[in-house]
Amino acid sequence: MAEFRMPALGADMDEGTVTEWLVHPGDEVTRGTIAAIVETDKSTIEAECFTPGTVGTLLIQEGTKVPVGTPLATILEPGAVPETAPVAAMPPRTGRGSEAREGAEREGGAPETVPRGPGVPEPVKVEPGRTEPGEPAVEPARPEPVRVRPRPKRVRPASGKPAPARPAAVSSPLVRRLARERGVPLARLHGTGPDGTITRGDVERASPGRVRASPYARRLAAEARVDLAALPVSAPDGALHAADVRAATTTPGPRAQRTTPPAAPASTESAPGPASAEAPALGAATAAPTRAAQEAPTAAAPGNPRAAPAEADKDAAMRRAIGRAMARSKREIPHYYLSATIDLTRALAWMREHNRRAAVSDRLVPSALLLKAAALALRTEPALNGTWADDRFVPGDGIHLGVAIALRHGGLIAPALRHADALALPDLMHGLRDLVERTRRGRLRGSELTDGTITVTNLGDQGVDAVYGVIYPPQVALVGFGRVAERPWAVDGMLGVRPLVTATLSADHRATDGYTGGRYLQAVARLLQRPEDL
Amino acid sequence: MSGTTKTTYREAMRAALRDALTRDERVFLMGEDVGRYGGCYAVSLGLLEEFGPERIRDTPLSESAFVGAGIGAAVAGLRPIVEIMTVNFSLLALDQIMNNAATLPHMSGGQLRVPLVIRMTTGAGRQLAAQHSHSLEGWYAHIPGLRVLAPATLEDARGMLAPALECPDPVLIFEHGALYGVAGELPDEPEPVDIAHAAIRRAGSDVTLVAYGGTLGKALSAADELAVSGVEAEVVDLRVLRPLDDAAVVGSVRRTHRAVIVDEGWRSGSLSAEITTRLVEQAFYDLDAPVARVCSAEVPVPYARHLEEAALPQVPDVVAAVRTVLGGEDG
Repeated sequence: MAEFRMPALGADMDEGTVTEWLVHPGDEVTRGTIAAIVETDKSTIEAECFTPGTVGTLLIQEGTKVPVGTPLATILEPGAVPETAPVAAMPPRTGRGSEAREGAEREGGAPETVPRGPGVPEPVKVEPGRTEPGEPAVEPARPEPVRVRPRPKRVRPASGKPAPARPAAVSSPLVRRLARERGVPLARLHGTGPDGTITRGDVERASPGRVRASPYARRLAAEARVDLAALPVSAPDGALHAADVRAATTTPGPRAQRTTPPAAPASTESAPGPASAEAPALGAATAAPTRAAQEAPTAAAPGNPRAAPAEADKDAAMRRAIGRAMARSKREIPHYYLSATIDLTRALAWMREHNRRAAVSDRLVPSALLLKAAALALRTEPALNGTWADDRFVPGDGIHLGVAIALRHGGLIAPALRHADALALPDLMHGLRDLVERTRRGRLRGSELTDGTITVTNLGDQGVDAVYGVIYPPQVALVGFGRVAERPWAVDGMLGVRPLVTATLSADHRATDGYTGGRYLQAVARLLQRPEDL
Repeated sequence: MSGTTKTTYREAMRAALRDALTRDERVFLMGEDVGRYGGCYAVSLGLLEEFGPERIRDTPLSESAFVGAGIGAAVAGLRPIVEIMTVNFSLLALDQIMNNAATLPHMSGGQLRVPLVIRMTTGAGRQLAAQHSHSLEGWYAHIPGLRVLAPATLEDARGMLAPALECPDPVLIFEHGALYGVAGELPDEPEPVDIAHAAIRRAGSDVTLVAYGGTLGKALSAADELAVSGVEAEVVDLRVLRPLDDAAVVGSVRRTHRAVIVDEGWRSGSLSAEITTRLVEQAFYDLDAPVARVCSAEVPVPYARHLEEAALPQVPDVVAAVRTVLGGEDG
């Protein structure tokens, strides 16, 4: 019997909280099945199970924070039947009379799991397959209290792997009617009742939470990152207005802009550099990364007083996590820094021509070329692609390019684009957009956080000429790109103007020497002179 | 630098007519009782004596005929000012206005221009009963091909006629019957005005009041009353009902986040409905409360004075609407 344990989703993660189980006892899981949603200090991740088999028992209840390595569930041999265990005694929730009656109307009235609350320590033993017709179902008396931080919607991600076999979701007439009223498609819900029964709580949690607020109030709340659902209503019409949002924000000081720490690899997904030249290249393809780029710079300083208290805590926790990682990096890794200025004339001309002929969704931005070149160059300098562990260099099993993405709440995360060197440029762009979008939604996969073999940071759209970043441990290198800008350049012995970019390398001197680093930057520069081969 | 003279809306309109007749010999005035009687509202009093029967023409009691004649005169190159006694009677000439004046330029591919100005008295409040108390500016503002004006101040009464005559397309000028007697000071040499933009008559930050013609005065009075309790209302005078100056109204609501529209027409399918929709289209994310409208009650305008007063938008109605829109928060 194997165990699914709380994974270490990042070198600096100590503990995590299972916010949502995505599998059930009796479900078949294969390598890579996403088993649970785990929340860490930094973000929300989909945790994959790497052991094939049948889910036995869920050992940890949703909402419990546990250290990394804690067993979360047992995984039995494929095809095994989980042993039946007595249902854990839960105090029955006494509801109002009508609720109890409604509960009794449910088909297959097996006891439902009690709604999650944080910090309940006893393990939940869920009883699969037992139905006791006639037994009055126990229902929560009222819907879950509104959370300050809205949960991510329960959309099943398309993982491309066959879904584990599960009995058809059963739901009572009450639940079906509720789902119809709320416009929640039952087929997409994940039932938390036994046998995957969809419960009333599941429907209510999946309902789009509707807060009555004026459009202006919504806009102000979005800008100030205040959760409307947490605000008290003061107007007699029962709706939130601008004054309510303003009352919730404390210091009306100027919001901090672009407070990226100077030496840290904080960056955004870059939009094209010289605006005039790249305007035709902008299309719907760049909408998502550009939006992220526009949002990230306005992320408030840590501990933003405008944020609701829970948000400020999250900001602080994220900042602490980043601080630990960066301090460790600077403490342990002897950095050396190299830079090279690269002429992008040919690359940009090729890109413009490509974009002219390409479909809008396949159009490229310069950062795609830079990332591809950075990835490809690692094929010739593999000593920069990997991790440092146990006093030695461990080469990566592929070139998995970490892309530094600044988060709206402040802080950054660097999920990896796997096998970036093998991606065609349009696919690389699609992959980037997908990463940025899922980062914002908090739907990154655990493997994306742990698989990176090198990280690239691109601060070009912040107007920075060159970035000398801090290596993200346990990697051994960080590639930086600054702004693509027209500059004077010597061409054929005369003064010309060319679009240039300054590429930098921060590298771990334990793993490589300047000679290797220099060769790598030369390789990047050479690759960018032959954009058609990228 | 010339001085100002105390005058009235009526006299300002008369001075505008005099100017137009003097400057351009193609201009003439035609309508019922405009000549010998001096105009139903005394606007053209004395003009027949001054300019003669070729320039001030009394017409038979047939709106369709004399509006059609005016259209023909305009097509032929003259600059007629047709006075329809009130908007109520203009219904008899609606076919002329809508199907000829408004459409001839388009249907002829621009070969026929209709540089016609039609002046009409509009509105209620003088116990003229249901058939003589309509406010149909909103209906006319619906029709492409027309430019629709609503001068609400003395400056606009004095100044809008000249650019209206210069416009190569038909222009309708609506004069609210209650405004003729309004007195004020006008410069002896008045500034020209445009017939394209709305005007902010009173600046404010808490709510936007949108008004035109006869309701402007009520909006301003309501704003004064609200100011006493600390609510600063911004009052926008539309001036031009077609084409609407979206930018001015939307710009104001973007600053105040609340809007109350005061429209003497009935609310259903009215100009206030159009403005509300434009605010929803263009300023949705700036609205802190639903747009409110103060319109006439949905009944034919009553004859008895107390009922008529109750049916029309009044200052207390505007103040109450603003308070609702502010939701109990005073600014």
